Amino acid sequence: MNIAVCIKQVPDTETKVKISDDKKSIAEGDINFILNPYDEFGVEEALKLADGGEVTIISLGPDRVTSAIRSALAMGAHKAIHIKSDAVPADPGATADALVAVLKEGNYDLIFTGKQAIDDDHTQMASLLGEKLGIPAVNVVVKLEVSGGKVRAEREIEGAHEVVECPTPCVISAQRGLNEPRYASLKGIMAAKKIQIEAKDVNPGPNQLQIVEYNYPPQKSAGKIVGDSADAVPELIRLLNEEAKVI
Amino acid sequence: MKALVFAEQRDGKIKKTAFENVSLVKKLGMDFECAVIGDAVDAIELGKYGAAKVVHYKSAKLANYTPDGYAAVLADAMAKQGADVLVMGATSMGKDLGPRVAAKLNASMATDCTHIEMDGGDLKIVRPMYAGKVLATIKLTSAKKVVTVRPNVYAAEENPASAAVEEVASDVDFKTVVAEIVAGAKGKLDVTEADIVVSGGRGLKGPENWHLIEDLAAQLGAANGASRAAVDAGWRPHDEQVGQTGKTVSPSLYVAVGISGAIQHLAGMSSSKYIVAINKDPEAPIFKVADYGIVADLFEVVPRMIEELKNRN
Ligand SMILES: Cc1cc2nc3c(=O)[nH]c(=O)nc-3n(C[C@H](O)[C@H](O)[C@H](O)COP(=O)(O)OP(=O)(O)OC[C@H]3O[C@@H](n4cnc5c(N)ncnc54)[C@H](O)[C@@H]3O)c2cc1C
Ligand SMILES: Nc1ncnc2c1ncn2[C@@H]1O[C@H](COP(=O)(O)O)[C@@H](O)[C@H]1O
Repeated sequence: MNIAVCIKQVPDTETKVKISDDKKSIAEGDINFILNPYDEFGVEEALKLADGGEVTIISLGPDRVTSAIRSALAMGAHKAIHIKSDAVPADPGATADALVAVLKEGNYDLIFTGKQAIDDDHTQMASLLGEKLGIPAVNVVVKLEVSGGKVRAEREIEGAHEVVECPTPCVISAQRGLNEPRYASLKGIMAAKKIQIEAKDVNPGPNQLQIVEYNYPPQKSAGKIVGDSADAVPELIRLLNEEAKVI
Repeated sequence: MKALVFAEQRDGKIKKTAFENVSLVKKLGMDFECAVIGDAVDAIELGKYGAAKVVHYKSAKLANYTPDGYAAVLADAMAKQGADVLVMGATSMGKDLGPRVAAKLNASMATDCTHIEMDGGDLKIVRPMYAGKVLATIKLTSAKKVVTVRPNVYAAEENPASAAVEEVASDVDFKTVVAEIVAGAKGKLDVTEADIVVSGGRGLKGPENWHLIEDLAAQLGAANGASRAAVDAGWRPHDEQVGQTGKTVSPSLYVAVGISGAIQHLAGMSSSKYIVAINKDPEAPIFKVADYGIVADLFEVVPRMIEELKNRN
């Protein structure tokens, strides 16, 4: 099978995000960028399923995203396309249009995304790509079987799993639990360096999402230490009942 | 601006987030109607929260969720019911369905919104990013718009009206079928849906002690959550993980037991209305966000809490 994996480069989860002075952007200065953690599950699953076929990594973003692309190649992916863009558009629909233009040029049986990009948290891409390509999309997948052009995927919903069936080609958004992503071997890292990343200029779609401003969430002030032993329990329960009124 | 509130149902029962969203659009003073998709659905319930007009797109084929089937019906419903903005819960279904409908309507979409207000004739929307480390205020400039609202953020306020339910027979083709739903542990409440969440971390020392979390949760009518350390150790299933790479929750009460409060954990729960921390380390970062804390051994505190609550209940 030929498989595409859409990946995004994101700040690592330790990052203390800084808003720039104009409140309209995030300051990139000290950020350590990584491959979006959910996308690793997509890469891993693609490598497991490819079975002699090719795995192509696709990412839209500024030049720095090539390092995330290299991480995916080092895991064993075969090809990569970098859609060059000064920044990732605020509107996921605009990114989706550019990805769709590139995905249409390939003949992919499966397309993976991560469940969610941990920076913008849009959680939209798989469904957007599915709709724009006119194919099924299954989100938040924790178990996947593909054979004979048929997909059986288990996805997480509230308190249960939904077992979804659809034909290929389709889009799958990967959730933690789908697999254990492999670590890139030294050999893999060296091999990845030799792969030419194909750079493409594709205009993203219209941006219909306007950032008014970014703010930090209201700081919670540290509350009350009710006590330093189990004897504080009755007072805690009284506070929850009478002051907070939550029980 | 007219809203269409998509009232999600499972097993014919309308979900609470639909009632919350009816309350929200009423509060915003918006003109609105509701749309329900499914077979036999208790759609009249929406009236209790002030919905006057509900269109029930009815079909046996649509009893269970199917993304492409539901998306086709909803895109038509937006036109038929003459709405500009589609409002739904940021649930598994809403997050799956919303972008599909948005793509059909050339609409832009805002996911998991925590605050919406009218600004002139426009919607001003706040949605958390970076798992809540940043709040983005945004506007959708597309003609049609789709928003999903985080469950539990807006209260479902009873506001009885008599809902007129119009049934429309629906027939659509779709390729994606939900073959079965594998339920988790019986009657298990999901952390994203619960009003109270009790989470345990590495401080519990092992799965054999988890009955403490379960019993405390049972006394409070709460859902069970876990830190990633507890999930990674294999003590708890991944669907209980709270945090940046787990679930984001906003319950009215979050009880963190033996959890240090790493930045990734805080990201998933710091928007809870009240936070209780039980940890023996007074320096644990969880105390920086906790409204109430007890600095002591959880193995002494939690049994005492269970006992006290039992006596009250
Ligand atoms: C990419 C990435 C993503 C991540 N995503 C998440 C996420 O989504 N969610 C998440 O939770 N974490 C996440 N983490 C992990 C996070 O960094 C922490 O490692 C994790 O949250 C720690 O879990 P913990 O608080 O249970 O364990 P610890 O940090 O080990 O804390 C245990 C706490 O228990 C207390 N304790 C011990 N014994 C007792 C006792 N007898 N009585 C009372 N208190 C006691 C200790 O004082 C300590 O504070 C992520 C990490 C990375 C790198
Ligand atoms: N700029 C991008 N380039 C390539 N893939 C992306 C991009 N943005 C998002 N994705 C993919 O879509 C998934 C979900 O992202 P989102 O919908 O933004 O939360 C990510 O995990 C990636 O797989």
